Amino acid sequence: MEKRRANEIQIFKKRKLVFTAAAAAVILLFWTASFVTQYDTLLGLSSFPRAFAWIIKSMVPNAKAIERLPNILKKLAETALLSVAVTVCSAICAFFFALLGSKTTKANPLLARVVRIVAAFFRNVPDVVWAMLLMFSFGQNVLTGFFAMFLTTFGLLTRTFIETIDEVSNDCVEALDAAGANYMQTVFQGILPSSIAEVITWVLFMIETNIRSSTLIGILTGTGIGYLFDLYYKRLDYPSASLVVLSIVVLVILLEIISGGIRKVIL
Amino acid sequence: MPVLELRNVSKTYNNTTRALHDVSVTVEEGEFVSIIGPSGAGKSTLLRSVNRLVDATRGVVILDGQDITRVRGKELRRVRTKTGMIFQHYNLVNRLSVMENVLHGRLGHKSTFSGALGLYTEREKEQAFFILERLGLTEQAYKRCDELSGGQKQRVGIARALMQEPKLILCDEPIASLDPNASKIIMDYLRDINKTMKITCLLNLHQVDVAIKYSERIIGLTAGRVTYDGPAQKLDKKTIYEIYQSNEGELITDMKE
Ligand SMILES: Nc1ncnc2c1ncn2[C@@H]1O[C@H](COP(=O)(O)OP(=O)(O)OP(=O)(O)O)[C@@H](O)[C@H]1O
Ligand SMILES: [Mg+2]
Repeated sequence: MEKRRANEIQIFKKRKLVFTAAAAAVILLFWTASFVTQYDTLLGLSSFPRAFAWIIKSMVPNAKAIERLPNILKKLAETALLSVAVTVCSAICAFFFALLGSKTTKANPLLARVVRIVAAFFRNVPDVVWAMLLMFSFGQNVLTGFFAMFLTTFGLLTRTFIETIDEVSNDCVEALDAAGANYMQTVFQGILPSSIAEVITWVLFMIETNIRSSTLIGILTGTGIGYLFDLYYKRLDYPSASLVVLSIVVLVILLEIISGGIRKVIL
Repeated sequence: MPVLELRNVSKTYNNTTRALHDVSVTVEEGEFVSIIGPSGAGKSTLLRSVNRLVDATRGVVILDGQDITRVRGKELRRVRTKTGMIFQHYNLVNRLSVMENVLHGRLGHKSTFSGALGLYTEREKEQAFFILERLGLTEQAYKRCDELSGGQKQRVGIARALMQEPKLILCDEPIASLDPNASKIIMDYLRDINKTMKITCLLNLHQVDVAIKYSERIIGLTAGRVTYDGPAQKLDKKTIYEIYQSNEGELITDMKE
């Protein structure tokens, strides 16, 4: 008993030590980084109010900006629909790929490994980089944005779906196998119903993410809402540009509310 | 003709763990047999080698007069429809309704297309209802499985197995997650199925007293070998200690006296 007590105290001491060391390391890292980049914390903080004031003064949408609202909304709708299309397409592909990559449903171990590596590759290259690369083949075109988002979404969803399928399907796959079901029957009668709620949650989340990133990609590829933002910004028409940003924010918040509602129903 | 015959079956996992060692067991039609033995003795492995969830490393498995040791593909599916399986953790698709889970028992008999889309015939649905009624689950038929209690879930598991119209039902610790009351209900149903429908039952059990009470015959498995195979009445204390490789007073069943 005494010994165990001593042991526990020892563990706590060790934990405290680790924590202190970690904190010291973070502070040291910050100092070094500030020194190397010549970043002045005080100056950074003190320029906040000024920057803020400027934003407020020049970015509040004015009457001219409001006139542009219909056009903005049209482009916004285009972008949103594109994001939905991309996400749904890549989610369907990702689900079937995830089946091949999952421990319980893989067709062959080598293929499963390949799937995981391919997914990791697509996921770890940012969509903006994909857009820049794809511009060479497709040019400034909606397709560029479509495929750029498709690839990252596909990579990310494949990985999360693999985890979902692994988590969800061990037991029921075994039971359906034992009853003589074949692969397709097991997928549609066991795995899909067990994981559909998680899958939908992730799809909704990715739609939100893709609307945000399609703005950035649009600047590059000259399409959608990103193109409009770029246009107004370069014309120094800041009120209109900020209206674009505001409309995106409103859309994303709306989406979050809607998907929250959907999640409540399906879970 | 025996329903099931294992001839000199051995199973070694990953070339290292030896789970079954030269096991020979014969089960006659209509028998109610329990397998007992310590944790890790290979009980689950034995049961799973019967429906080929586990492939025997050596030996022969004969089900219903057919050597099934190496069957594959379509033929394996057909063979599996003859054995229903009941699991400790029920292994239902929790997000689907009771009815849908019961109908899963028909998948082995159906085409890929109609099975995947869940298109069942009227006759199959009527049969599912009939089985649910028999197991006292009529009111739960359209509930989702995650709304059920453990005992109810296990009855759905039994219904799913019955839906296969099996020759043999395999139960891997069917009552290990249930309270004594629900356990009794499940065991009574299994016995009833065995008696009235003449379906052979092969169970893994952890509770020796339950095994003795319900089964005609008991198989003791210790470290992958059969150490007892005979009538339940003849299973004396000494043999039980041998099966569990323990000394008198060490087993939880000893505490009742
Ligand atoms: N898939 C597997 N891979 C590797 N080893 C396994 C596997 N399944 C079982 N084993 C090993 O085989 C041996 C027998 O396991 P089994 O599950 O058949 O025992 P059991 O009698 O059912 O035990 P319990 O009563 O705890 O369920 C154990 O040593 C176990 O570790
Ligand atoms: Mg077991």
